[in-house]
Amino acid sequence: MLPKWFDKWNADNPTNVFGPAILIGAVGGAVFAAIMIISFGNPAQTASLQTGPRGTGMSVPEFNVVRTAPDPTIEAYYTDTPFVPEGGEPLARDIYENVQVLGDLTEDNFNRVMTAITQWVSPEQGCAYCHGDGDLETYGADDLYTKVVSRRMIQMTQNINENWGGHVNAVGEVGVNCYTCHRGLNVPSEIWFNISPVNEAAGGWASVQNRATSISQSTSLPSNALEVYLTDYEAVNVHDLESRVEGIPNDEEVASIQKTEMTYSLMNYFSNSLGVNCVFCHNSRAFYDPEQHTPQWATALLGRQMVIEMNQEYLIPLESEYPPERLGPIYADAPKAACKTCHKGYQRPLQGMNVIADWPELATSEAPVYE
Amino acid sequence: MWLPEYQNIFTQVQVQGKPEWGMDDQGNNMMEERAGKPFFSTLVGLFGNAQVGPYYVGWTTLVAFATGIAWFVIVGFNMLAQVGYSIPQFIRQLFWLALEPPSPEYGLSMPPLDEGGWYIIASFFLLVSVLCWLLRAYLLAQQHKMGKHIFWGFAAAVWLFLVLGLFRPVLMGSWSEAVPYGIFPHLDWTTAFSIRYGNLYYNPFHCLSIVFLYGSVLLFCMHGGTILAVTRYGGDRELEQIYDRGTATERAALFWRWTMGFNATMEGIHRWAWWFAVLTPITGGIGILLTGTVVDNWFIWAQEHNFAPMYDGSYGYADYGSYEAFIGKED
Repeated sequence: MLPKWFDKWNADNPTNVFGPAILIGAVGGAVFAAIMIISFGNPAQTASLQTGPRGTGMSVPEFNVVRTAPDPTIEAYYTDTPFVPEGGEPLARDIYENVQVLGDLTEDNFNRVMTAITQWVSPEQGCAYCHGDGDLETYGADDLYTKVVSRRMIQMTQNINENWGGHVNAVGEVGVNCYTCHRGLNVPSEIWFNISPVNEAAGGWASVQNRATSISQSTSLPSNALEVYLTDYEAVNVHDLESRVEGIPNDEEVASIQKTEMTYSLMNYFSNSLGVNCVFCHNSRAFYDPEQHTPQWATALLGRQMVIEMNQEYLIPLESEYPPERLGPIYADAPKAACKTCHKGYQRPLQGMNVIADWPELATSEAPVYE
Repeated sequence: MWLPEYQNIFTQVQVQGKPEWGMDDQGNNMMEERAGKPFFSTLVGLFGNAQVGPYYVGWTTLVAFATGIAWFVIVGFNMLAQVGYSIPQFIRQLFWLALEPPSPEYGLSMPPLDEGGWYIIASFFLLVSVLCWLLRAYLLAQQHKMGKHIFWGFAAAVWLFLVLGLFRPVLMGSWSEAVPYGIFPHLDWTTAFSIRYGNLYYNPFHCLSIVFLYGSVLLFCMHGGTILAVTRYGGDRELEQIYDRGTATERAALFWRWTMGFNATMEGIHRWAWWFAVLTPITGGIGILLTGTVVDNWFIWAQEHNFAPMYDGSYGYADYGSYEAFIGKED
């Protein structure tokens, strides 16, 4: 098939073509990949947020595509500016029956807030989700659990905005409203229930860990960290603050390896809730050292106290109000909140959008101040 | 030039013929304790010697296997019981499951079976198994009239094992300090151990252990590479080259002397490699043993001994940029 001179030349000049072929292929492939990356951009580009002095490795890296995309729930956010009262208008508590919260609002503002809550929490079911299918005259009744729970949630929102500005407004005024957690859903995502013990045929320490669960964030770390640390003020820190401290692991004041794993589980939950790593708050070489904490550490500390108060005073006491399908699957306990219920994986919920400026009614438990 | 038969992980020369049975000439009756009819496998020959068997079965082997299997079965059935004897869950959660040591409140006492009692029993079997296997290495070397280097090398690893599971828990006064038997859980333990005691990277014996570990890897690669590179001159006949060095040794020595001004010898490189490997668990074990017993916070200890520097600079992203810029909302 090929010319004779070609076959003869080949026979006279035996050459190993595989070595050069592989070399040329490898180099050529690398050059091609490099050209593609330069032309079209690196699909796995990252950027990092520096959180501490150079040389300490303190940075929170993230893929560009994820980082720059807006939180998709921001677009669906509903808001409306308040009607500034001129004074002398009748108030909601005088117009409607059984108004226990938001009674200081004028009728316009009251209906404005009610509309917004509908948009934020029950956009599909509308007013009927809390007020039932009856006429307007029946709206004062407390027949539905949703209405009872909503009232308490409004109080919780007001409490957070009023007393926990140190956490929610740590960087700038953002506040919280119903949408911060609900995002258009009747039941917010990322709520949690008690699940421990998770292992059968085991007691004590062995029974609460070593399972891939939602609360252990699919790790083998303890599944009771939220239960222990976010419903009560149990100490989270495990370090000794001197190089040598007396005591054995069964002493009250000596933290065990087990206690450390619990703390680790909680911290891992914090990280996943905010989409950050350890060094967003800590210098990982000395987790305990306050001199090497970032300001965000204090914000997170306040956040934990806030969540404990939310769970203890607002969410857990509502247990008897819920129908069975809203209670926990294992222990029929009340749904509880934690970092991710608001943050949803973002450093700042709704990427730092101010959700309180338009809603002075939700910013205080007293009469709203309009500006 | 790239030569597939040369840059290759598989053994290039296989010897297959009449199986070799070993010695039975010192009145040691080793033949009696060998099990299995020897055979040749080309596949096995790609990785090592093509002959498989016979296998030495002394009392140490039997005891080590029996107790080792007891440990394995106790751990496995505890895991199985934890998932309610569900095989699908057992497979699904296998890497997560563990047999955990007792809770701290039991100290060094015997806890109930389901709260760490099984762990104590399993650990006892594992202890007997590992020590029998160690003794086996000694007895086999003795019967072959070999040096005891392999025994001591394994003993170094057993030292670390004993520190983790026996010596340190006893010194700490609690079995809860021992390491769980589970794939991910033992890694959780490792991380928690470092965090609890203020960062193990500031433990100087941990530093030494890392040096010897990485050093072992480097030496292994340098030695393996050197010998393969001079095999064509008979360099793989290392023992002969020790006392009658030929051109292979000369070339290898010249290569390293010209590279770094110094070279090991055909004998010395093996001493280097053995000591680096052995010192890895020895120093590591010392570091573990001191943690929680002598030093409770290694970072503070390192500050007191002036080798944990402080860095100048602010903490928190606000001093380096803004969150809005990070998420692409401003330039």
